[in-house]
Amino acid sequence: MNKLDQLFKNKKEPVLNVYYTAGFPELESTTEVALSLQKHGADIIEIGIPYSDPIADGPVIQQSNMQAIANGISIAKIFEQLESVKSQLTVPVVLMGYLNPVLQFGMERFCAAAARAGISGVILPDLPMYEYEKFYEKIFREYKLHLIFLVTPETGIGRIEKADKLSGGFLYAVSSSATTGNNAAMNGQEVYFKKLQQLRLKNSFLIGFGVRDKATFDLAGKYAAGAIIGTAYIKALQSLKNIDQATAEFLQSIRPAHIIKPVNI
Amino acid sequence: MSHRSANLLHPDQHGYYGDFGGAFVPEMLYPNVRELQENYLKITATKKFRSAFEKLLKDYVGRPTPLFYAENLSRQYHTNIYLKREDLCHTGAHKINNTIGQVLLAEALGKTRIIAETGAGQHGVATATVCALKGLECVVYMGEKDIERQAPNVARMKMLGAKVVPARSGSKTLKDATNEAIRDWINHAADTYYIIGSVVGPHPYPDMVARFQSVISREIQKQLKKITGNELPSYVIACVGGGSNAAGAFYHFIEEKKVKLVAVEAAGLGIKSGMSAATTQLGTTGILHGSKSLLMQTADGQVTEPHSISAGLDYPGIGPLHANLYTSKRAEFLSATDGEALAAAFNLSKKEGIIPALESAHALAVLNNKKFRKSDVVVICLSGRGDKDLATYMDNL
Repeated sequence: MNKLDQLFKNKKEPVLNVYYTAGFPELESTTEVALSLQKHGADIIEIGIPYSDPIADGPVIQQSNMQAIANGISIAKIFEQLESVKSQLTVPVVLMGYLNPVLQFGMERFCAAAARAGISGVILPDLPMYEYEKFYEKIFREYKLHLIFLVTPETGIGRIEKADKLSGGFLYAVSSSATTGNNAAMNGQEVYFKKLQQLRLKNSFLIGFGVRDKATFDLAGKYAAGAIIGTAYIKALQSLKNIDQATAEFLQSIRPAHIIKPVNI
Repeated sequence: MSHRSANLLHPDQHGYYGDFGGAFVPEMLYPNVRELQENYLKITATKKFRSAFEKLLKDYVGRPTPLFYAENLSRQYHTNIYLKREDLCHTGAHKINNTIGQVLLAEALGKTRIIAETGAGQHGVATATVCALKGLECVVYMGEKDIERQAPNVARMKMLGAKVVPARSGSKTLKDATNEAIRDWINHAADTYYIIGSVVGPHPYPDMVARFQSVISREIQKQLKKITGNELPSYVIACVGGGSNAAGAFYHFIEEKKVKLVAVEAAGLGIKSGMSAATTQLGTTGILHGSKSLLMQTADGQVTEPHSISAGLDYPGIGPLHANLYTSKRAEFLSATDGEALAAAFNLSKKEGIIPALESAHALAVLNNKKFRKSDVVVICLSGRGDKDLATYMDNL
């Protein structure tokens, strides 16, 4: 069973998905950050594949992308890093990236390598549903990888249902039409969140964009299966603390009462 | 994985010209792009739109622009050379044909805020101009580096009432200005219309911009018919960055197989110098700014920084229409170096008394590399005037 499906089947409290950029702050940080996130209680680890032109991202994630590319990160390197810790990572890992680097790597090769590295899902925000159905859905199914589509407050009901049908693992509910790290994004979206709740979707949905602290995480948890935090964690990684300490403090600040189950490796 | 469309001129319903095009936008932009896809042909076909568009092109832009028989240049190259004088358009380049069309469309869609990207500043000025005319708020994104090297156009945009926002991400040039404009659009999707300046971007932009610029080839047909009795030239030559003036100059000739189409890219310091913008020579299929096309990129799919002396050609991609003209061999793609373009600009200035934009000078430069017959009719699209490039020209006097 896909680890994402298992997670949502058994979940008892809001799921915390934490995003970070591969190869940041150092080229070899990818594995250290993943293990640290797992150790301190993240339920899903979402790893960003750096791209020179990340149009859906605000300045903080852009900067981390540029730095990771300057550090020498590549998709091949990311898979190599993830394979090296595959046996230690028990939480589901999701890759998030823009379509161009993935297409240059080759979609089939990408899915095969992702499956080998134990990846559970993939988020490609600029891959249209039309292209996915026509060219890539078969490949994802063959490798038992979930593709996770985004919906926004402006997405019509028919289209939400289609995104839900094509997605697996969870549905990514963007809190508002914004780029990542926009703090206004979570304000006044209760109607939209309730609409998603009432649609009886096949997938659980996680709220992302603008979720940055305990208050916004708790708000998301009232309506959704959980939330995705990215920019705020990248900021925490930019602080001078070591990765493990920064991660421990950050996750503690989001879920102070959360009891972390020991990981069985 | 092919989307073979029936012809080279029109994309299929998904925006594909052969293997190139499409609409690769994040969900946040889907409603806006969809709204445009569903409405651009409907609105632009209405009588109200057509008459407003044509009236502004005539009375405000100054169309039709002349088709000038360049006698001295014709003698020099032993053929018949006609210059399509887009440099005489209001604001100094063909860019305004498109901004007039798009601002009317934005009005029809009820949008109140306009954004644009610009490289050299010509599209930014053309956008600021139509926004002033229509009383619309205008924000232009421009790479920080380009703001420094194109100060006069920055001043023009400000005088026209536009806000010029420096793009400080990435390499701080046109590509990054486009990224910033897209991010602005994502954050203000409800009230904002994005006027893209070239035949790039998600469907329907490439087709829409090509249609607005197609007035160039429509006029060439009529003017040639009057002058020579034949509306078809032997050659149409135009420079290509993203490719809007070339799309306009080629448009009505694309399906006329007798007409040879020549697109000229910027070779920069030379194709193999590592400092070039010749996308068809150096690029591979990739996705940038919402469409699949030819793209200069690393093996890892990171978009690389081009170089050209001309800021308007300094772009790592090319419109999907052109990528398809290239791979189908319907158009011949040549290139001119910075030095060849400069020489061609000086030559035209001295021979015909016309100072061309550096972009247009690339089209003129290939006259040295092609053999024409004495009877050939060669039309060159003189896309813009050289006022904005005086600093560069003075450095090379």
